[in-house]
Amino acid sequence: MTGPRMWGLVAEFESPDALLAAAHRVREAGYRRIDACVPFPVEGLTEALGFRPTWLPLLVLTGALLGAAGGFFMQWYAMGVWYPLNVGGRPLNSWPMFIPITFELAVLVGGLTAALGMLALNRLPMPYHPLFNVPRFARATQDRFFLAIDARDARFERGATAELLHGLGAAEVSEVAR
Amino acid sequence: MTDLDAVRARLAAARGAQYWRTLEEVADSEAFAELVAREMPAATALWLDPMQRRSFLKLMAAAFALGGIGGCTQGPSEPIVPYVHAPEGMVPGRPVYFATAMPTPGGLGLGLLVESHLGRPIKVEGNARHPASLGATDAQAQASVLTLYDPDRLQAVTFGGAIRTWADFLAACRGALAVQRGRRGAGLRILTETVTSPTLGAQLRAVLEQYPEARWHQWEPTSTDAVRAGALAALGEDVRPLYRFADADVVVALDADFLGCGPAHLAHVREFAARRRPGSAMNRLYVAESALTPTGAKADHRLPLRAADVAALARALAAAAGVPGATAPPGDQLPRKWIEAVARDLARHRGRSLVIAGETQPADVQALAHLINTALGNVGKTLTYALPVEVRSEDQLASLRALVDDMAAERVEMLLILGGDPAFNAPVDLPFADAMAKVPLRIHLSLYANDTAARAHWVVPAAHYLESWSDVRAFDGTVTIVQPLIAPLYDGKSAHELLAVAADGPTRAGYDIVRGRWQTERRVADFDDQWRSWLEAGVVPGTAATTRYVLPRRAPATPPGAQASGLEVVFRPDPMVHDGRYAANAWLQELPRPLSRLTWDNAVQVAPATAARLGVHTEDVVELAFAGRTVQAPVLVAPGQAEGSLTVHFGYGGRGPFQHEGFNAYAIRTADALWSGIGVAVHPTGTRRTLARTQHHQRMEGRDIVRAYPIDRYRAGAAREPETTAESLYPDWEYAGYRWGMAIDLSTCVGCNACVAACQAENNIPVVGRKEVLRGREMHWIRIDTYFTGDPATPDAYFMPVPCMHCENAPCEVVCPVEATVHGAEGLNEMVYNRCVGTRYCSNNCPYKVRRFNFFEYSRWNSESLKLLYNPDVTVRSRGVMEKCTYCVQRIVQTRIAAEKENRRIADGEVVTACQQACPAEAIVFGDLNDPASRVRVLKAEERNYALLAELNTHPRTTYLAAVSNPNPELA
Amino acid sequence: MTTATAPPSGPPPVIGAPHTYTSVTDKIAGIVLTQRTGRGWLFGFMLGLALLGLLALAVTMLLYLGIGIWGVNVPVAWGFAITNFVWWIGIGHAGTLISAILLLLRQEWRQSINRFAEAMTIFAVMCAGLFPLLHLGRPQFFYWLTPYPNTMSLWPQFRSPLIWDVFAVSTYFTISLMFWYVGLIPDLATLRDRSQSRIGRVAYGVFALGWRGSARHWQRYEIAYLLLAGLATPLVVSVHTVVSFDFSVAQLPGWHSTIFPPYFVAGAIFSGFAMVIVLAIPLRAAYGLQDLITERHLQNMAKILLVTGLIVAYGYFMEGFMAWYSGNRFERYVQLNRIVGPYGPAYLGCLLCNVALPQLLWLQRVRRSAVALFVVAVFVNIGMWLERFVIVVESLHRDFLPSSWGMYYPTVWDWATLFGSFGIFLTFFFLFIRFIPMISIAEMRMLLEEERGEAAA
Repeated sequence: MTGPRMWGLVAEFESPDALLAAAHRVREAGYRRIDACVPFPVEGLTEALGFRPTWLPLLVLTGALLGAAGGFFMQWYAMGVWYPLNVGGRPLNSWPMFIPITFELAVLVGGLTAALGMLALNRLPMPYHPLFNVPRFARATQDRFFLAIDARDARFERGATAELLHGLGAAEVSEVAR
Repeated sequence: MTDLDAVRARLAAARGAQYWRTLEEVADSEAFAELVAREMPAATALWLDPMQRRSFLKLMAAAFALGGIGGCTQGPSEPIVPYVHAPEGMVPGRPVYFATAMPTPGGLGLGLLVESHLGRPIKVEGNARHPASLGATDAQAQASVLTLYDPDRLQAVTFGGAIRTWADFLAACRGALAVQRGRRGAGLRILTETVTSPTLGAQLRAVLEQYPEARWHQWEPTSTDAVRAGALAALGEDVRPLYRFADADVVVALDADFLGCGPAHLAHVREFAARRRPGSAMNRLYVAESALTPTGAKADHRLPLRAADVAALARALAAAAGVPGATAPPGDQLPRKWIEAVARDLARHRGRSLVIAGETQPADVQALAHLINTALGNVGKTLTYALPVEVRSEDQLASLRALVDDMAAERVEMLLILGGDPAFNAPVDLPFADAMAKVPLRIHLSLYANDTAARAHWVVPAAHYLESWSDVRAFDGTVTIVQPLIAPLYDGKSAHELLAVAADGPTRAGYDIVRGRWQTERRVADFDDQWRSWLEAGVVPGTAATTRYVLPRRAPATPPGAQASGLEVVFRPDPMVHDGRYAANAWLQELPRPLSRLTWDNAVQVAPATAARLGVHTEDVVELAFAGRTVQAPVLVAPGQAEGSLTVHFGYGGRGPFQHEGFNAYAIRTADALWSGIGVAVHPTGTRRTLARTQHHQRMEGRDIVRAYPIDRYRAGAAREPETTAESLYPDWEYAGYRWGMAIDLSTCVGCNACVAACQAENNIPVVGRKEVLRGREMHWIRIDTYFTGDPATPDAYFMPVPCMHCENAPCEVVCPVEATVHGAEGLNEMVYNRCVGTRYCSNNCPYKVRRFNFFEYSRWNSESLKLLYNPDVTVRSRGVMEKCTYCVQRIVQTRIAAEKENRRIADGEVVTACQQACPAEAIVFGDLNDPASRVRVLKAEERNYALLAELNTHPRTTYLAAVSNPNPELA
Repeated sequence: MTTATAPPSGPPPVIGAPHTYTSVTDKIAGIVLTQRTGRGWLFGFMLGLALLGLLALAVTMLLYLGIGIWGVNVPVAWGFAITNFVWWIGIGHAGTLISAILLLLRQEWRQSINRFAEAMTIFAVMCAGLFPLLHLGRPQFFYWLTPYPNTMSLWPQFRSPLIWDVFAVSTYFTISLMFWYVGLIPDLATLRDRSQSRIGRVAYGVFALGWRGSARHWQRYEIAYLLLAGLATPLVVSVHTVVSFDFSVAQLPGWHSTIFPPYFVAGAIFSGFAMVIVLAIPLRAAYGLQDLITERHLQNMAKILLVTGLIVAYGYFMEGFMAWYSGNRFERYVQLNRIVGPYGPAYLGCLLCNVALPQLLWLQRVRRSAVALFVVAVFVNIGMWLERFVIVVESLHRDFLPSSWGMYYPTVWDWATLFGSFGIFLTFFFLFIRFIPMISIAEMRMLLEEERGEAAA
């Protein structure tokens, strides 16, 4: 690329519909390294941007199963093997009484996987991101809808891409410094 | 403020160097002189203020304890002889047992074996060789170890509250005695409680020989003058009846609580209980009494009767029994049917029946009992007569009256009071306290700072019976040498040592006095061996009183006129603190009184009907007006109390420790109505006093708790119903080695509390005090549940001792989150104090509510002398920890160790729990359920064996044997 | 700008006044960022601190003198502490229910109340968690209830319902916190970007974790939020079930009952919604949120109150019926004793507050009147506390053996601890409404979007 090193371009739209339309067009134009920043999840946006479904549910399922297995094992091992005691004449492995904790641990580990897994996949916390350099970008968390194109995109050409975005009815197109 | 000019003048006048410490000294002011004169000026202030006295004694206790408690555990200097092990066999951690005897009220001895850990006596057991014990003990004996270490005991010789030395006392005493000798002892009086000790008797005689005009008086508030008078009246001889319940098929108790109190009650219970098991030839018990007593509770037929009406009943029985000259009283306030049935039953069992008149009944009732027994040919069979065991049997009331007259007339110059508390417990119309004030020199030997001590010049701390040498006779005359297990903790003196001074001999050690006296009596070559054998056995052979066969000389006294009508007040000693002598003992204070389950307090017991008539309820405070005197007392509506009769227990209200808890019944106890009187007035005051009872609800609500059968229905198989135990989803655990279990016989239990006290002593169970009992936080590991069935006026009462059931499917264990209570390999439900975090879930889930929780720091960690009391084999629990009955696991372990060393199984009866050991009725049996021959296994095989709340499927190891009664078909 | 207008007929709208993305953002964020601290807030916060001080005193006395300063004894070894524990835990349930179950049921009206309902959950669980610790005889060893390798080589006794409690409550707290925080992240980003002060930017920025609203992030975010809801739903049911096990696993008459789990869960939601109403009505008035927390919300909550109340009533009835039907002498006595026994007023009061009063909610007028609703809700909260007291104390004080029957009288310290626990709740809650948007801004925007869609259609 020529000129100062830049991260890419970001276009600001006023309504989710405009953003959606723009997203479709940009993607048709062959751009792939694109992302949108919106104040709330806009329906159909992920499809428009062509994102793949996430692995998160699978992670959570595994976490929950591990939690359950670990929970039951802990109780069975502690009560029956590690320190077997005659408690109220009950059998050492009185499994019905181990179920509540097994369940709770499944939920606990599953829940933690969901929350922390989401953050991890999103690479959060991320204190710095080039987009924050755009002053108006602050409204991405309030009432404006942004479409960002990465400079590393094969089709990215400073002038042409900016033109394209302007053509899509962007209220404003700004360059994102790295 | 000192006068400085005076000081200057004095110093100027002085020749040579003057050394002075304080200006006061130089000024030589009177204040300073007095300061120097008194060692402890602060003490006087405390002393003169009655409220401060205890705190003063506490301070003294702490000072002394810290001062030299270490030295207190040294054994006595004289050789004392262990019961089973030789002293050289003393192993740290292994207790040594010594035989001795406890002097009980009436001066009669109860033979004991005292467990000593490295010189610390911590637990008493009964001495099987002693006639009054037969191996059992009562609550007072169990609690006596607490008195031994009680920091509230007097701890120094005092003169008007100022601490003096023993030497000071001797000097003062000898001075006064010298004067008396000149006057042949005309001004010398000695007042003791009832004396049976041969040695003390000999000493007293010696004193009286030296001082011919001196007098020796005896007084106890529970003196048995009437018994003596009755014997003299009927038999013309001063003899006492000894009962043989083993041979009695029918027993009639006329206001006689022979199972509950009296010097021989342990022996009575043992013999009586042996005839209450359905396997045996069951006896039948009729009781006529005013207040419901343990004896009344065990009766097959009980007749609530005013104490005053018992005489009429006795006459009616006498007439029916064909006593020559006896006539049935006129009127029909007595239930004829009852009397006739009893008479017929007695007639059917001539020579195998027994009529007992209570010691509190007047002489003519005593006489009638003698006559009836003679007419029924029981004398020599179910009862024998023996000479009294007192050194001098006398009318104690007359004796006291004589003393009071002498004192009032200022004929007494020197009064020596050995024990007792006459200023507190003398009849209120004998002004003992006032008269005593006229005596120039008053000396009191006492364990505690009581009313008499407060009025004495010299107060000498008495030695506890575990601290001093003495000898004492049992109810049947058998002598036991009282040997100490520990040197006096607080420099206490025994009566012997004090009398030795009075006898003006050299001060002699109690050991020399007692041993010397026996040596002079038994002039034998091998005295040393004999002496040793007596100490070992705990009894002196051949000392039992000789029985005599006497026949009545007189016809029954002519019956007095018509029965006096009106409310009756009945005076009885408190079941636990007796006449007040045990009031300082916190264990006894907190033991629930039988039937009323009252602790830390006394009350006036009123029959439900009477209460309704008077419009009073339990815990209402009423004013009792009797013989021109009044006292305020809380009401306790008592089922089974005779209508029109109020029972008050004396022993509270004095100055001694804890006596302030209750009211003083002595305040209305007059000489002519020592035991009961007609014409008491009751006025509600409108105020209330909450009574700290450990059981508030005494009905069974139709639940299957205590099972009871008449003997015929039982023999017909009434108890043969199949147990309704649910099936368990889980397989039972196997207990291969020992399977400990317990069986408790409800037929024989008399609810005497001995087991509770024994458990408290064995397991370091703390007391919590009245306030905490009111909150329902008492700590006893075993409790005597008491239930009433039937009409509240004439209820049937049942005792049910409830320790931990040690359930095999223990509900408490399952809910404990930290494994603080789990099952042991031998099926014990074990408590791990160190692990307990105190969720109290176990207690909630215990259907028997036998678990106890340390809501506060109940154990006394900081009272030095009480530390000596703790059983080293049992953990002392701290705050926030749950505790409960352990089946005395420490005893099981000790026995197992012994058995394993000899490579054998534990034999049946080798492990004896504390409650079982104390029980006079042998109602508690403990043993190995895996041993088919064990007693407990045999008992559990009986038809009447049942598990409490069996339907909960907890599989308790502790089961009960249903109560079986033997009612008279005629009265059914 | 897109505007959302309420449909002319049908139920009252979820959002009252016309709003735009900007306006809702301004309004809600404004409460936190720009609005100056109100007098009412200060008063409430001070009240909270005062009660907190009372709690501190009570707890100090407790730790110094021991559990004996409370009225507990044998037989009644559990008193106020466990009553309060169950009550607070119950309060918490509504929050999770609103945020999780209603989310799964796509009840969009939930979105304006779920934020502070979740906050309420967290603070309530904090209060609840306090009591099991305090009521221990030796609180210093509370950690023995957690499984950790130790020199005693001992583990907790996993058969004890108390251990189940430990796991259930701690799980519940953790998941609720996660759920709440995840929901907060976008709003925190909003505050970060709106905050004028540097401190604000840094503080909110740290917790916003650098959220920038990337579509990729939203994709995973929504999945995660949904999954958390899916997990929280069975969790919320399990927690009060486990709490009810504390009683129903024991064999005490009045405790040992299979109806406890469902009837405890219903009771929890009952009391929880009552608490949400008690909090919501003053809040919307104080911060003028009538257009975001509308009559529709109040009506819906009132209906839920009515339904759960009927379930609770059914529970009471079945307890009595089964006691009679089972023919169990002990159960029958416990039921009778509840009515005619010394604690009869507590039980009758419970019936009045939980069964009788909620029937007013059948009336449209009552459901529409914020004041009436508020009063009913307050009484429901009192009634539910009484219910727990009845269950804990009345079953214990007269169980199998009449010989061990006793009474429980709360001491001044029992009361101090109960009221003191409100100190924790109020203090945290007032801090929450001052520094965190009490309504989810992001979700409100979503709501607008949806309504816009409906309007367009």
